[in-house]
Amino acid sequence: MKPTDPAITWLEEKPLGLAERLYLPLFVGGLATTARHLVSPKVTVSFPEQRPTVGNPLIYRGVHRLNRDEEGRVKCVACFLCATACPAHCIDIVATESPWPDREKYPESFQIDELRCIFCGMCEEACPVDAIELTSLLDLTGKSREEMIFDKEKLLSVYDMTKDAEPMKSASLGGTL
Amino acid sequence: MPVVIVDGQEIEIGADERLNCIEAARRAGKEIPHYCWHPGLSVVASCRMCLIETGQRDAATGKVTMVPKLVPGCQTPVKDGTVIVTESQLVKDSRARVEEALLIDHPIDCPICDKAGECLLQDYHFEHGQAERRADLHPFTSRKRDVGPTVTLFVDRCIMCTRCVRFTREVSGTSELMVTSRGAKEEIDVFPGFPLDNKLAGNVVDLCPVGALGDKDFLYQQRVWFLKREANVCGGCSAGCSIHTEHNQDTVYRLKPRENPHVNTWWMCDDGRYGWHHLHDQSRVLAAGRRRDLRGNGHGTPGDAFETIEWADVVTRLRDDLKAAGRLAVAVSPMLTVEEAWMLCAIARSIDPEAFLSLGHVPVVGADETFPGGFTIRAEKCPNRKGVEEVLALYGAGGRSWDDLVAHVAAGKADAAWVTGGYPTPWIDDATAASFADLTCLVVQDLFESPLMKLATWRLPAAGFAERAGTWVNVAHHAQSFGQAIKPPAGVWPEGRLFWNMLGRRGLYDPVGVRQQIAGSAAPFAALAGDVPATGVDLRVRQLA
Repeated sequence: MKPTDPAITWLEEKPLGLAERLYLPLFVGGLATTARHLVSPKVTVSFPEQRPTVGNPLIYRGVHRLNRDEEGRVKCVACFLCATACPAHCIDIVATESPWPDREKYPESFQIDELRCIFCGMCEEACPVDAIELTSLLDLTGKSREEMIFDKEKLLSVYDMTKDAEPMKSASLGGTL
Repeated sequence: MPVVIVDGQEIEIGADERLNCIEAARRAGKEIPHYCWHPGLSVVASCRMCLIETGQRDAATGKVTMVPKLVPGCQTPVKDGTVIVTESQLVKDSRARVEEALLIDHPIDCPICDKAGECLLQDYHFEHGQAERRADLHPFTSRKRDVGPTVTLFVDRCIMCTRCVRFTREVSGTSELMVTSRGAKEEIDVFPGFPLDNKLAGNVVDLCPVGALGDKDFLYQQRVWFLKREANVCGGCSAGCSIHTEHNQDTVYRLKPRENPHVNTWWMCDDGRYGWHHLHDQSRVLAAGRRRDLRGNGHGTPGDAFETIEWADVVTRLRDDLKAAGRLAVAVSPMLTVEEAWMLCAIARSIDPEAFLSLGHVPVVGADETFPGGFTIRAEKCPNRKGVEEVLALYGAGGRSWDDLVAHVAAGKADAAWVTGGYPTPWIDDATAASFADLTCLVVQDLFESPLMKLATWRLPAAGFAERAGTWVNVAHHAQSFGQAIKPPAGVWPEGRLFWNMLGRRGLYDPVGVRQQIAGSAAPFAALAGDVPATGVDLRVRQLA
């Protein structure tokens, strides 16, 4: 687009009024803001001694989990849609034929590189069976890069850990199943 | 010239061309959707997806008379004055109804279906179907049926186009597949005890417009949208079928036939289709090595006996070693491309002007196998014997075979030999290899260990078929040029790159440049000048003209 494009409207900066030129009224206004924050309640917390409160854990985008179905099996059907949607290419799946008669395939291995992940939530959006979800776990630490690559077992254990506090997405919560 | 009117657009067709409405419309840039019709199979007009409106324009008055109902485009031939309407409301409604009917019985398990992404049912439903389903349908898991050693049938995904059944009847001539039951209960099946195990069985998977037939070799391996495809040529036999090598991150996942009316039409055999696994075999020769102790004339144990040489040093030291040895004999493998063979001959003659050049070992398995549909699997399991023979003829070595070279070496007429290979299967026995034991310098360039490799002074890795770029000439003198699909494993230089550097050329190996040079200087290859079409050229055409 060129500066001469008719779609652009050029605005002139307003000339300074008397109050702006005097400076003092704005100075007082600034001091008032400072004073207000001195007496207002604190919003910061001393992490990690103090835990921050997560507003709605169901929509928070923290560590991933792999959900289990009613029989305790991994819910994932290894369709690769999360890996396709992932902008950071952090999901690595190896699919194989499932050992169960009611399912065709399942993930033999399912790895998420949590260090590479940007926590955008696209995997959760893409999943056709609501198998992958982001939990409200926000303090993700590890001692090595390898430790931060979460495999299937670890992701399932995140589910076991969080399933009571954060129920699996159901139709009433906007899920697909 | 007959004129056909497609959606008001007049197109001319050949006077003796016999086209149906789908083909005629395609000439005008209009795609008529179809499932059951395939140009390589008979017409059954059973899927009803290609229903269109047709009519006839009166030549004298110009008045168009339309057929009062929809007709299947695949079954309706066109002639002068045929009017085809592909986008009227009537046609669109008909397509939407066909799609709706197909989906009533379909599991809609696209997320776990391996066809998703290249499925005609998906594509046509997106383009021609309705956004809303009127029937109360829920996704379910398709029943699975084992129909053969390489193919799985997902029974409920099938839309009964019967392409696969017609293929086994008309092309492979083996008739394993059949339709059982009738109406809504129709299913594809095999007769108990007679599985789908012919050598063209893999083609039914390509023919299947939906995900009903799955290739066990590819099933669950990769989603199709991750695959990149490169137009390539199959190196499995001297037929030289046009293929697409489908790969991701330098790993081949499957091969698919590429339509080429001059070579393989639409098909390829299972030997070729599954003949890529050796590319990713861990036992490949993966580094250039030179025997530490040259005094032993190549005797001794491999392994420790070899030191790994950097490729940049191979380029110079290999030439020095061969030059120092004396009389040179070179076996030019029929797995090499024309370009590589030509460069190898040039190198050999620059090292030793009297170098003995010959064709490398030509693997032959059984006899040619021709199927009723005309497809032939060749017994000669190498892609470029004709091309290498032509190159050798240019260097005055025409007609010399591998046996001549073995006899030449066994008679003590050579001091050094350079044997190129690239064979995916074992090809030489100990007795033949022993003829090479007394050479001063033996260079063996191959994919895998062999008795000959054990004797080598220099062991060099070779490239597999998808890792090469160049031109192969098939058994019928049809030359096809292709590019490199995947990079060879780390530590492997394709032959072309080594030869290019040994010739002292600068920069990256340029197979197209070498091809132009050959075409410009050698009459038998004149047809390869300029751009070679994807379907290749017949080398004899311009020689005769």
